[in-house]
Formats: sequence, structure tokens, C-alpha cells
Amino acid sequence: MTALIPLASASSSPWHFFAYFMDNTSKVLGLLWAHTWLSVVPVVIALILALPLGWLARRYQWAYPPMMSLTGLLYTIPSIALFVLVPPILGLDPLSPLQVPIALTLYSLALLVRVVADGLAAVPQETAQAATALGYKPLGLFFRVELPIAVPVIAAGLRVAVVANVSIVTVAGTIGFKNLGQLFDEGFKLSTDTPYYPPIVLGIILCVLLALALDGLVLLGSRMLTPWRRAVRA
Amino acid sequence: MIRFDQATKRYPDGTVAVDTLELEAPSGKITVLVGPSGCGKTTSLRMINRMIEPTSGTIWLDDTDTASMPAHELRRQIGYVIQHAGLFPHRTIVDNIATVPFLLGTDKKKARARAMELLERVGLDPAFAKRYPAQLSGGQQQRVGVARALAADPPVMLMDEPFSAVDPVVRDQLQDEFLRLQGELGKTIVFVTHDIDEAIKLGDQVAVLRVGGHLAQLAAPAELLSRPVDAFVAGFVGRDRGYRALGFSSAGTIPTRDEPTVAMGESLPTGGDEWLLAVDGSGAPQGWLHLTDEPHGAVVEDPMLYRGGTLATQGGTLRSALDACLSSPSGRGVVIDESGRLVGSTTAREVLALIEAQVEGAVT
Amino acid sequence: MIGDVFNWLTDPSHWTSTAFDTGIWDQLLAHIGFTLIALAISLVIALPLGLWIGHTGKATWIISVANAARALPTVGVLVLLVVIIAPHFYGRTNNGYLIPTEIVLVLLAVPPILSNTYAGVQNVEPSVRDAAFGMGMTGPQVLFRVELPNSLPLIFSGFRSATLQVIATATIAAYVTLGGLGRFIYDGLAQQDYPQMISGGLLVAALALIADLLLALVQRYTVSRGITGRTRRQDRGSRGPDSRTAVLTEELVSEAT
Repeated sequence: MTALIPLASASSSPWHFFAYFMDNTSKVLGLLWAHTWLSVVPVVIALILALPLGWLARRYQWAYPPMMSLTGLLYTIPSIALFVLVPPILGLDPLSPLQVPIALTLYSLALLVRVVADGLAAVPQETAQAATALGYKPLGLFFRVELPIAVPVIAAGLRVAVVANVSIVTVAGTIGFKNLGQLFDEGFKLSTDTPYYPPIVLGIILCVLLALALDGLVLLGSRMLTPWRRAVRA
Repeated sequence: MIRFDQATKRYPDGTVAVDTLELEAPSGKITVLVGPSGCGKTTSLRMINRMIEPTSGTIWLDDTDTASMPAHELRRQIGYVIQHAGLFPHRTIVDNIATVPFLLGTDKKKARARAMELLERVGLDPAFAKRYPAQLSGGQQQRVGVARALAADPPVMLMDEPFSAVDPVVRDQLQDEFLRLQGELGKTIVFVTHDIDEAIKLGDQVAVLRVGGHLAQLAAPAELLSRPVDAFVAGFVGRDRGYRALGFSSAGTIPTRDEPTVAMGESLPTGGDEWLLAVDGSGAPQGWLHLTDEPHGAVVEDPMLYRGGTLATQGGTLRSALDACLSSPSGRGVVIDESGRLVGSTTAREVLALIEAQVEGAVT
Repeated sequence: MIGDVFNWLTDPSHWTSTAFDTGIWDQLLAHIGFTLIALAISLVIALPLGLWIGHTGKATWIISVANAARALPTVGVLVLLVVIIAPHFYGRTNNGYLIPTEIVLVLLAVPPILSNTYAGVQNVEPSVRDAAFGMGMTGPQVLFRVELPNSLPLIFSGFRSATLQVIATATIAAYVTLGGLGRFIYDGLAQQDYPQMISGGLLVAALALIADLLLALVQRYTVSRGITGRTRRQDRGSRGPDSRTAVLTEELVSEAT
């Protein structure tokens, strides 16, 4: 670690995390920004891939069991193992900047394919049949009828995926990738004789806030996309 | 015998579900509690086995105050059948039926043997024993529910809308079999339904409850139909109650005329009436033939038959006699004997005369 | 690269311990040891608590708190506890690393077991519970003879998820200088010995898959066929939970509760 600790933040009390933040603002914000990207982009890519895959699993009954087995299998592999296994499998360098986003995308995809398939399965058959009878073609049916109805289920899956990602990204920090996990690494390495809390506490706080913020954003988006659900509640 | 003595259920928010209910369900009879939703019928039923504890008042089971023993011991003496059967999904059918004997500590082998007996008794194939509830239809599950309630041979059975979640045809079947079973077993039964027709069909006595948990009328079905105490009961019992009441009056001996017949597979006779009754080899009516439709000397075959008419049984009810006449394409009601053979035919006019005679008899 | 990994894994000297290096077998045993301790403690805490909350409907806030705890970054909590606890044991044993690690593992394993047990009991059909009481079962009889067996599929999926998270996080424990299979990943990284690092990843993945498979087998023989849907006539639409998808099911249950 190259970070020099300025005198003002030499205090190692857990409550001085804010002073630490003030002293290292640009570094911490950089880590937070990187962390946010790593938490969000893989989920977005995974969602874009999961929509057609989930639709396939729903449309063709035979595709459902193998797809679910494969995604379940993927989800079984511990994150740290997946991080180090992605490069040799894809022929990348052992420490490629792409390995973490790819691994996170795979995780999110594993979760979201199932969510999309189950969300579409929850669309009442009568609704889909009525829409077909009204003249919707398959693509219009999917985007204008089935997908909107499946939004709450898919949003629930997205919330799980982003919150899990925020935590998994820190694991990548332990093998040297740039994100909030490095605050833990720094705190740990500076705690050789006496505990040095500020970066650790700051990292935990920022991770929780980031998880809550992203969770809230997905919730908000889902509410905006499904005004009819509020109408029922009122 | 079950007796409600000033039984009241009042909830903390002040709503009264059952209000000082006085009611006796006699031994060996079916007492039906019926009323609109919110009338407290299910609450009343569930107070008997203390699934709901009364706020005040007592409920007697013969000479025992039901509050005088632990609730679970009381419940093991009372059969309990509910709307969706509530079978245990993780247990096989035979083990579901043997639930209460197992709880009472009966030897497993013995309890299962008894469960197998009951399975047949409620009309299910013994092959069902090793299956799980999810493999059965709604009607089959409900039969298992009845068998489970009977397993420890309790003198008392509580049934909470047991047949209302199955389709009408199956419901009719289950009701008939339930009556046959009760004929053999003679349990003391309290039965809750929202369906007045079911209440009238099954009840030895029917208690009509009104919203707020008041007993409006307690009477035998025939009396309920002919003499509802007030506008609420009259409205609840509904339309056609005069006609439906005929279902409780014996027609006595219906005057019949001989009806010319032709056997299936024979050729049509010439002349005679426009309508001719076809019978099978044993003399059981099969349907009517419209002679003007058929060529002379045609052989009687199945597709030629009009099967619209219902059949009246000699010694049956006035309702079935009248219905046989009204539903017959020839206007003549077909009357059969107990074994299903043709006795003769009658007409609506003659059945109405019987009805009038009974009405006059009742008035004088 | 794949050939290097193969060579590393098939080198017998990597499997047995020497005076300087701990071999794969011993690290595997250590890894399984951390995992079993954490799972045993979590089960003792979460299973009775989840059953009790589900059965009585009391103190449901505990479920919410447990689920909210999932937003905590595991690595951060692990490092925090290590720097708090380790100095008290400095130089004597490796308890200074073992204890905080086990605490983190238990913190991770409790929420999925707890919330799934709770959800399992809650999901028992009301009519089934009603019938159980109506037949004359006492409260404990309803819990153990009806609610528990019917909750088993969800309890298992929670436990399997907990197991995987514990195995994964025990790997990261190597980062705070504890043993376990994670040792190979972090040592490989530090020494730029990538075949060792990738082999470590493979070993961890294999351990996780085998553990999950074993639990799936136990589940198969513990859960009644009447619930799993492995019966001759299946109801349309109600697919029995696939043995490989239990963990995902758990993720979604936690979201729903």
C-alpha cells in the first residue's frame, strides 16, 4: 500500500472514519465510483441477457430444467473461486481487469434467468390469451403485456442481485482489484501492532449505504414502471 | 348431544360473532347451521371443539362442560372436517386417516388396518392408501378428510363447508354418500354451509343464523320451507320454496294408467298414440319414441329415443312425481317401482290433485 | 496454463504437508473444520429460533434484522473483527484469527437458515394447520409433526445456501492469515504462482459442489415424497424444487420475507 497517512487522521479510533474520509477524499471517491460500476454494470448486462434466455425457458418447456441446473451450478461456485477460474477458462491473463466484471455478470445472470422465467410464468394465462386474441404478435405480447406484468418479480430479483454484488465486489478487493474492498485491505495491513479502524469502518459504512441506495433505486424504478400496483393499494 | 348454553363470542374490537346462542344438536342427527357470511356459523361450530374459545356461556357435550378438559383431549373425541380437507401433504393417505389413532397411542398396525377399512367405506380404492394428498382430486381429498375424522370413531362430527370447494356434480355425489354413511353410523353431526339447498338436503334440523350471530329459526327442513318465521328466513330460504317443499311430502300411491310399451330391438307397432315408451328386457323405461318421426315398422334403436323425462318412483316424493310429468315429452310422467321397472304413467293433473288433497288435509 | 494447473494438482508433493508447507489434504481438513463448526453453531441458533418465530408469529422483527444484515460486506466485517479480536490472542494460538472468522461465518449462515425456517413454517397451508389442531394435536405436536416436516424443503435450501456461503467465506479467511483452501489462492497470488492460485480456485469450487450434492442427497431422503412432487401424478405448474436450484430459491425467499 502506497497510501501515506497524514497526521490529522493518525488517530486509529473507529469513530475517526470521517476524518479519514476527509483526508483521502479523492482516493475514497475513486474506489466508491469503481465499486458502484462493478456493482451495477454486470447486473444490467445480465438483465439484458436474461430477458431472452428467461423467455426461452418459459416458451420451451424442455429448456427450463437444464437452464435451471446450469444456473444453480454456477451459483454454487464461491465468488473467489470464480474470480480466479474465469481467466483460464476464457483464455485471459491471470489478473485481467475483465475477470471480475465477467464473473459478476455470470452470477447475476444465474439469478436473473430464473427470475425472468418465473416472473413470466406468473403472468396469468388468461391475460396472455386475451392479448393474443386482441391481435398482439409474439414480440408485442412479450414487451407490452408479459414483461410489464413480470416487473415486480424481476425487480425483486434485481434487488437481490445488486445487494449481493456490492458485497461480492469487496472480495475482489482482497486479490488486488480497485474498489472499496481495498479499504479493508489497507486497514488490515496497517493493523499489525494496534488496530487501525478508520478505513475498515468507512468501507463498511460506504458498502451498506451503496447497497441501500442501489436497492432503493431498483425499488423506485419498479414502482414507476407499475403504477397499477399503487392504484390497488390506495 | 351438543348444547349451546348462552354461548357468546365477542372479539376485542367489540364485534359480536355469536350472540347468546341457545341451540341443541340431538344425538344421532344432523344439525345444519346455515346463514349468510358473517352470521357466525363457522364461529359457532369452532367453539364446539374450542378452536375458538367462547367469551361467555357454556357448550355441553352430553353432560360434560367442554371447557372442563384440555382442548386437545376434547378435540380427539370430536371428528373435524374442513373445507379444503386440510390433509397433511407429507403423509400418505393411510397415515393421514390414522392421525387421531396415532395421537391416542393406538398400535400402528391396528390403526392402519382400521384406516384401510375407512378408505373403502368412504368409497375410495385401497390402492390410494400409499399415495400422497397431492396425487388426489379435490373430491377424493374430501373423502379422505371424512375418513380421517371418523378414524377414532368419535360420537360427534363437526363439518365446516366440507363440500363447497368441489364442483356441483361431485358435490351432489358426496352429499348422497354422506347421507348413506350417516344412515349406517348415526353420528351426532353439526354441519356448516352457506348453501340453503345443501342444508335442506342434509339436515335433520336446520338452524338459520342471521348476521351478528343471532339464531333466526331452528326447524326441520320441511317446516323451514313451509313456515319461515320472518322475512329474513323467508328471503334466505329463497324462491321456489313451495315447490321445493314438495320434496319432503310423500306422494303416497300415485294413481297410474297402464302405458303401452315397445321393447328395444323390436319393430314399431302401427297406430296408437303419437308417443310410445321404449323399455329394455327387464321392463325398465329407456325413453320415448315419437312415432310420426319414424317410418312404419322401423326397429327401435337407441338414437331414436327422446331421453328428456325424469322418472318418478312409486312411494317417492310429490316433487319427483310432478317433475316426471313436467319433464316428459309426451306429457305423461313415467312411474317406476323400487327395482326400476315400469309401473305405469300419470299426469300433472293427477299429481296436482294429490297435492291439493294434502294441502286441504293440512289446513283442516 | 491449463496444463500447468494440471501439473500442479497432480504433483503428490502438493498434497501432503512438509515442515514448511501445509499440503492440500491438511488445508482441506482445516477448511471443512471451519465450515462444520460454523454450521453447527448456526443451526443450533437459527433452527429453533426460526421454528419458534414461525409457529408463534412473535418477534418477526428478528427476521427483518437478520435479512438486513445481508447488506453488510463480508470481507469488511471479517477484517474488522480480526483487528478487534486478534491482538488479545497475539502470539499464543491462532484463535485470534479462528474466533473472528467463526463469528463472521456464523453471522453469514444464520440469516438464510433463520429466514427460510420461518418462511417454511409460515408457508404451511392454513387449512393444514387448522386440521392439525382440530384433530387434537398439542402445540408442540403441530410444530414437530406437521409444520417442521412441511418446512423441510425451504429449511434445506436455506441450509444449503448457508453451507455454500460459509465455504466461500472460509476461503477468504485465508486472507486474514488463517489456513484452509484459500491459502493456495492468496499464496499463489502473492508468489505470482498462478497455477497454484487457479488450483486453489478449482479445489474450493469442487468442495462447494460436493458439499451441495451431499446435502441434496440428504434432502432427497429426508423430505417426504408428498411434498417434493416426486410422485406419479404431478400437479401441473408445481415443479418440485430441483436439487441444483435450492440456493437460488433461498435468495428469492429472503427477498419475499
